[in-house]
Amino acid sequence: MKIVLVGHGMVGHKFLEALRQLQFPAADVTVLGEEPRTAYDRVHLSDFFAGKTAEDLSLVEPGFFADTGFDLRLNSRAAAIDRRAKTVTTQDGVTLSYDKLVLATGSYPFVPPVKGSDRGQCFVYRTIEDLEAMKEASAISRKGVVVGGGLLGLECAKALRDLGLETHVVEFAPRLMAVQVDDDGGRILRSKIEALGVQVHTERNTLEITDGRQARHRMVFADGSHLETDMIVFSAGIRPRDELARQNALAVGARGGIAIDDQCRTSDPDIYAIGECAAWRDQTFGLVAPGYEMARIAARQLAGEAGAVFAGADMSTKLKLMGVDVASIGDAHGRTPGCRSFRYTDECKQIYKKIVVSADGKHLLGAVLVGNADEYGTLLQMALNGIALPEAPEFLILPAGDGKARPGLGAHELPDSAQICSCNNVSKEQICTAVAEGATSIGEIKACTQAGATCGGCVPLVTQIMKAEMAKLGMAVTDHLCEHFPHSRQELYHLVRVGGIRSFDELLARHGRGLGCDICKPTAASIFASCWNDFVLKGELASLQDSNDYFLGNIQKDGSYSVVPRMPGGEVTPDGLIAVAQVAKKYGLYTKITGGQRVDLFGARVEQLPLIWEELIAAGFESGHAYGKSLRTVKSCVGSTWCRYGVQDSVGLAVELENRYKGLRAPHKIKFGVSGCTRECAEAQGKDVGIIATERGWNLYVCGNGGMKPRHAELIASDLDKTALVRLIDRFLMFYIRTADRLQRTSTWRDNLEGGLDYLKAVLIDDSLGIGDELERQMQHVVDTYQCEWKTAVTDPGVRRRFRSFVNDPQPDARIVFVEERGQIRPARADERVPALAATAELST
Amino acid sequence: MSTKKPRWTAVCKIGDILPGTGVCALVEDHHVAVFRLGEDGFYAIDNIDPRSGASVLSRGLIGNLGEHLVVASPLYKNHFDLRTGACLEAPEHSVRAHRVQVRGEAVFVSLSTLS
Ligand SMILES: Cc1cc2nc3c(=O)[nH]c(=O)nc-3n(C[C@H](O)[C@H](O)[C@H](O)COP(=O)(O)OP(=O)(O)OC[C@H]3O[C@@H](n4cnc5c(N)ncnc54)[C@H](O)[C@@H]3O)c2cc1C
Ligand code: SF4
Ligand code: SF4
Repeated sequence: MKIVLVGHGMVGHKFLEALRQLQFPAADVTVLGEEPRTAYDRVHLSDFFAGKTAEDLSLVEPGFFADTGFDLRLNSRAAAIDRRAKTVTTQDGVTLSYDKLVLATGSYPFVPPVKGSDRGQCFVYRTIEDLEAMKEASAISRKGVVVGGGLLGLECAKALRDLGLETHVVEFAPRLMAVQVDDDGGRILRSKIEALGVQVHTERNTLEITDGRQARHRMVFADGSHLETDMIVFSAGIRPRDELARQNALAVGARGGIAIDDQCRTSDPDIYAIGECAAWRDQTFGLVAPGYEMARIAARQLAGEAGAVFAGADMSTKLKLMGVDVASIGDAHGRTPGCRSFRYTDECKQIYKKIVVSADGKHLLGAVLVGNADEYGTLLQMALNGIALPEAPEFLILPAGDGKARPGLGAHELPDSAQICSCNNVSKEQICTAVAEGATSIGEIKACTQAGATCGGCVPLVTQIMKAEMAKLGMAVTDHLCEHFPHSRQELYHLVRVGGIRSFDELLARHGRGLGCDICKPTAASIFASCWNDFVLKGELASLQDSNDYFLGNIQKDGSYSVVPRMPGGEVTPDGLIAVAQVAKKYGLYTKITGGQRVDLFGARVEQLPLIWEELIAAGFESGHAYGKSLRTVKSCVGSTWCRYGVQDSVGLAVELENRYKGLRAPHKIKFGVSGCTRECAEAQGKDVGIIATERGWNLYVCGNGGMKPRHAELIASDLDKTALVRLIDRFLMFYIRTADRLQRTSTWRDNLEGGLDYLKAVLIDDSLGIGDELERQMQHVVDTYQCEWKTAVTDPGVRRRFRSFVNDPQPDARIVFVEERGQIRPARADERVPALAATAELST
Repeated sequence: MSTKKPRWTAVCKIGDILPGTGVCALVEDHHVAVFRLGEDGFYAIDNIDPRSGASVLSRGLIGNLGEHLVVASPLYKNHFDLRTGACLEAPEHSVRAHRVQVRGEAVFVSLSTLS
């Protein structure tokens, strides 16, 4: 069967995935995509401004087309269809024949017919190219206007604000988000958005755009007023791309869109339409979930499953616009005959909540939540599954003033078939199955079921179901550190901090059992260090340290250690380099430059370590903490001091930051990067903390990673001055130390953080938990009590004595054997060691 | 080399081993890891980690896993029973356990019969 798919957007690609999953061998598939790239995640398009690249947003897993054999043609717009000959012709004249044709052409942004809307610096918000053009224009603009105060318009306004523009929203209707929220909700939303520095102009009908006096454009409104701006983005709704249908006399919906039946077939049974371009019962769907459902239905129909039908879709939405929660469920406007509503308004906290219930008061029909949408998951499930309402439904939205728990919805009340993730159609049952098969973190659930992987709105509910299921299966113990402590690392941290606990014996006596092990001892040691910052080898603390921390070096495969002196920011003087080289030469060490811009010296035996360090300290070096779960390096580029593009002194900042946070113990190692301009030569976005200079200060990115699972860091604040930057980093690091699991890098921590980036920003920037000062104080304590561990170690005879190969013999460990390679030493392989070891081998026979 | 009567070698003073840690001693040219669990629990096993061939087990963290008193190899984190030398994860990588005695302040080790 020859299938031609027109449009490789979100829904088109879902269709291809569905075909693959159905293992439909007879399919010979050709894909025509108009855009220059393969399908990407349009829902998260705005993340492009937060540093995500086109590759990050791609929906196509590597090798997809090679594996499936589907023939993909990009930059190929389908220009004509010949229904009788059953062919499609592209704009460059290539003609393809089909047995079945699938249209997934999406929508185009509607630009109102305003005179002057074709002037330069006027944009729409739909594709990566649109955003690239906006970004470029923003660099030469001061002011930006978004025309349209709907969901997309507000998202676009946020993008403009984040690009540093003075931002205005111009809306034709009397309120924002007219489709999703009612008047009262719209009012609260407006004041919240204005509080964030975006100016809102409602009931403004743009008549004309002309030359401005102070800015590039002047928008003239019907009421005679005007507004000047440098750039304009139109976000006044979308229109289905049904032009191919119209040209070929296929039926279209009353309000546009290619008309389809329950099988997703158009009026020509060999042509299907799916996604935003399709109109089902005269209704088009501007959300991705219904489109995904159509994609699955169409694929199953083509594979011969006559029973697969599209049955409409839920249009409930929840989103966060500039940190403001907005949600709308079902019949939000109360249009069902006889329905009644309950409302709650808090003008101080700017919260508005409304529920719409059926005439008999038994079922939830709809809801609007503005300012706080914590109840979204519960209410949505109640509405979708027809769950009986509690006696006094108003308590569903009233704050729990009396301290009593809300009549929430336990995960156990949901039927197994309940659809939890509507974007990817994941049921409760699928999540439970994934748990039973071993997925025990939200990241793993995402990876194997896709739940929460698209819009993320269902993540709290998915987490709740996951935890309930784990408890049911007796797996809830998994967040316990080990058999000795029935607590997670986060709980232990809290117990240590609040209880003022400073020794492992006390911790064990008060909160644990048994003798401890190689899991809980280093964890406790790390927590003690983060909280109290005593010398890590002091007294009993020494016995808790991993071998690396115990010998203040990195153990290598042969039992020798590596030595890494700190070189803050990667800066080192010629004399420093000479001193390092002399030490390396004297002790015969292998030297290598690390990825963190310093020098690593390998092949030191334990008894050599204090001698080597004595010499390094004398030359002015300090411990580099390469052995610890702690701050490693702050990588930097030369910045404005030397580089002709640099806009700030990146090395200076890197040195300062490295000196501030050196020695800080954390759940895992921490790396920083500082780049002197957006060219990003220090690769800061691959680091736990990345800083990129701007004309006006510093942009802060967090939770990036290189290594095994690369992840781009995300922008959390722009154009900070140094004081604000340091404050935010203090908070970030301490919050990570306080809440992460053992050996969890910031990137995995972030992926598992309920509430995601918005939550993190709320805690760090808006201080939503009220712990900002405390975190800063705790960090300051660590900074003030810093010591070079090696300096303390070499000057303490008790500690120094422990650095020897044998307790009863001064000789070195003869099993450490080196051979030469490329002019330096390397550990001998087993076959090369034979002569040296023969002696020992003999003795043991 | 096999002996009937245990031959004891004094390896160090009690105070040479920090409670909760181990040291490596040379006993008749063998590398032996001697551990001190708490104040007065002493154990000895081979110091060489069979998986890597490196002489490092004395540098591992000690504690218990269920019934077993164990040390975790600092290289690959596999656990060895301090009383028997058995490797809990991979029995083929087990080592030998040796006898330890404390007389007064001194710690003595006697190598177990060599196989
Ligand atoms: C900024 C933004 C934020 C959004 N946020 C959300 C959200 O939070 N939640 C949500 O549910 N939805 C959201 N959406 C909507 C969601 O992205 C769309 O519902 C979804 O992309 C629709 O998928 P589609 O495949 O039908 O259309 P598209 O993804 O637009 O794909 C259609 C593709 O077909 C191509 N095409 C068109 N005509 C032709 C032709 N003749 N020949 C070849 N190719 C052609 C187009 O170039 C395009 O690549 C958002 C959209 C935007 C722009
Ligand atoms: S990031 Fe910018 S300042 Fe730094 S080296 Fe590269 S181009 Fe120069
Ligand atoms: S990448 Fe692998 S081999 Fe290289 S240093 Fe890291 S752990 Fe060792």
